[in-house]
Amino acid sequence: MNSQTILMLAMAVLGVPLLLVGYITLSERLLGSAAHKRSSSVRAIFWIAPAVVLLVVFLVYPIITTIILSLKDAASRGYVGLANYKYVFTDRNMLLVLRNNLLWLVLFTLVTLTFGLLIALLADRVKYEAVAKSIVFLPMAISFVAAGIIWKFMYDFQPAGAPQIGTVNAVLSAVIPGYQPQAWLFNTATNNIALIVVGIWMWTGFAMVILSAGIKGIPTDVLEAARIDGANEFQIFRFVTMPLLAPTITVVATTLIIDVLKIFDIVYVMTNGNLNTEVIANRMYKEMFNYHNYGRASAIAVILLVAIIPVMIMNIKRFRQGGANA
Amino acid sequence: MHKHTSSKRPLSRFILHLILIVICAGWLVPSLGLLVSSFRPRNLISTTGWWTALLPPFKFTLSNYAYVLTRGHMGISFINSLIIAIPSTVMPILIAAFAAYAFAWMRFPFKETIFLVIIGLLVVPLQLTLIPVLKLFNALGMTGSFVAIWLAHTGYGLPFAIYLLRNFMQDLPGSVLESAYLDGATHPQIFFRLIIPMSVPAIASLAIFQFMWVWNDLLIALIYLGGTQAVAPMTVTMSNMVNSYGGGWEYLTAAAFISMLLPMLVFFTLQKYFVRGILAGSVKG
Repeated sequence: MNSQTILMLAMAVLGVPLLLVGYITLSERLLGSAAHKRSSSVRAIFWIAPAVVLLVVFLVYPIITTIILSLKDAASRGYVGLANYKYVFTDRNMLLVLRNNLLWLVLFTLVTLTFGLLIALLADRVKYEAVAKSIVFLPMAISFVAAGIIWKFMYDFQPAGAPQIGTVNAVLSAVIPGYQPQAWLFNTATNNIALIVVGIWMWTGFAMVILSAGIKGIPTDVLEAARIDGANEFQIFRFVTMPLLAPTITVVATTLIIDVLKIFDIVYVMTNGNLNTEVIANRMYKEMFNYHNYGRASAIAVILLVAIIPVMIMNIKRFRQGGANA
Repeated sequence: MHKHTSSKRPLSRFILHLILIVICAGWLVPSLGLLVSSFRPRNLISTTGWWTALLPPFKFTLSNYAYVLTRGHMGISFINSLIIAIPSTVMPILIAAFAAYAFAWMRFPFKETIFLVIIGLLVVPLQLTLIPVLKLFNALGMTGSFVAIWLAHTGYGLPFAIYLLRNFMQDLPGSVLESAYLDGATHPQIFFRLIIPMSVPAIASLAIFQFMWVWNDLLIALIYLGGTQAVAPMTVTMSNMVNSYGGGWEYLTAAAFISMLLPMLVFFTLQKYFVRGILAGSVKG
């Protein structure tokens, strides 16, 4: 470690908090010495100012600028109308990208929800619930990059006859007689699914934890009443648990959809979008860095925003409804 | 928490256990394969399955770790990840706490409107900000500096942090703050001596959530740090390794495991807060 690194670390750990505490103390001194004490609005502005400035610089201003850039040419010089959007919705490669995102959206969301629900329901009935849930939840703690490496290794492919070191091909070779090892990430028929599996492995724990909390929230007497009335386990699930769990499922599905639209790291690490696996975020990255086409890259980003606007409106509506405590 | 016990019949109990254990095994095997492989010598990794290492003769080595930590740049990247993640966690939480306090306990014009904008920003895809922010950093000559990435992570982390802390702080007992104020305490005194200590559960969840997010981030680091090895966090170094080593599993597995150490430690020691942060991020969001 050189001295510059040590300096950065010290600045990081000590300097930044001190600076912020100093700022708020100083602003109070400033207000205290001001003539009139009834300066609550001015004080509030001091307290929210750092947040508002950063939100404007890193979110509000860039979002507006990106929307404007999407109407300009590659080098952001002149306006080109909707040409970038026309490209996004007509170019063959872009249509493939949109198809892949749709595949992710449907498969990832449905399977993650189903597994999450299944595991939450099953774990609720056993003594080792905490252990089982920890195992499934663990991938949530690691990075997409590490998960990408883990699964690249799982999918490793050696020609038929050679010993398979990838777990997936080895297990299938052992179980299925006459199985031909597959190059899961190279075969265009399977590679998108193979990537989606990684996403499912990482996010099922998230769905499980939240659905499990929902299941624990269902009053026992409701379930007992159904049981006394002679309902079997499936009927209880279908007519009692599911309806009561519906709002929680909606919340989980919404979160999963928001995250899947932005999926980037898994594809970047495992295939870099080659062999028909590109998704919106990776395409945007390539337009930005490889082709330096800021117009197209911005248009692609705006597509993401448009896809997420319904969720945004829903969140704001929900907040205003529950706004009594605001 | 109560258990929803049911189906006492032995057969269905057996099937229940079987399904659950198969699922758990399936979830654990990928990580286990990585862990075992990271300790195996190169020639064995590329010729035999990792499961063969579980039976004698046991042939394990630490040389993969020695290599990636030094010549593979993972050592310096570990430090870089820390330098990036610590301020990127502390800054947004402190700044959000200031704002949340104002939103919860002060009156000012456009309060409601500003908060609605923050809620709207909660779900904005970061992709929308990359080009303008990168241009800004380039114009200021900040691209590739730690300060740039601290500020970016702070900006991006603020909406959720403000939202979570404001909801928590406004439920704190108003009478306590009221009496402190009447006793002549100033706002900073109330904030640092009452609000912050009482908000520790929310702050802990938020800190873990934000730290893990930054620690595991690839995209933001890739773009604002400009790919310089000297400042690259572990995620960037690992993705470079994937590209350059191809099938060098002995290095990739060791590197991936090093990057997972801290998150796993946090996960196993502070799981309660971690899960609570995740719950807050969805159920309330």
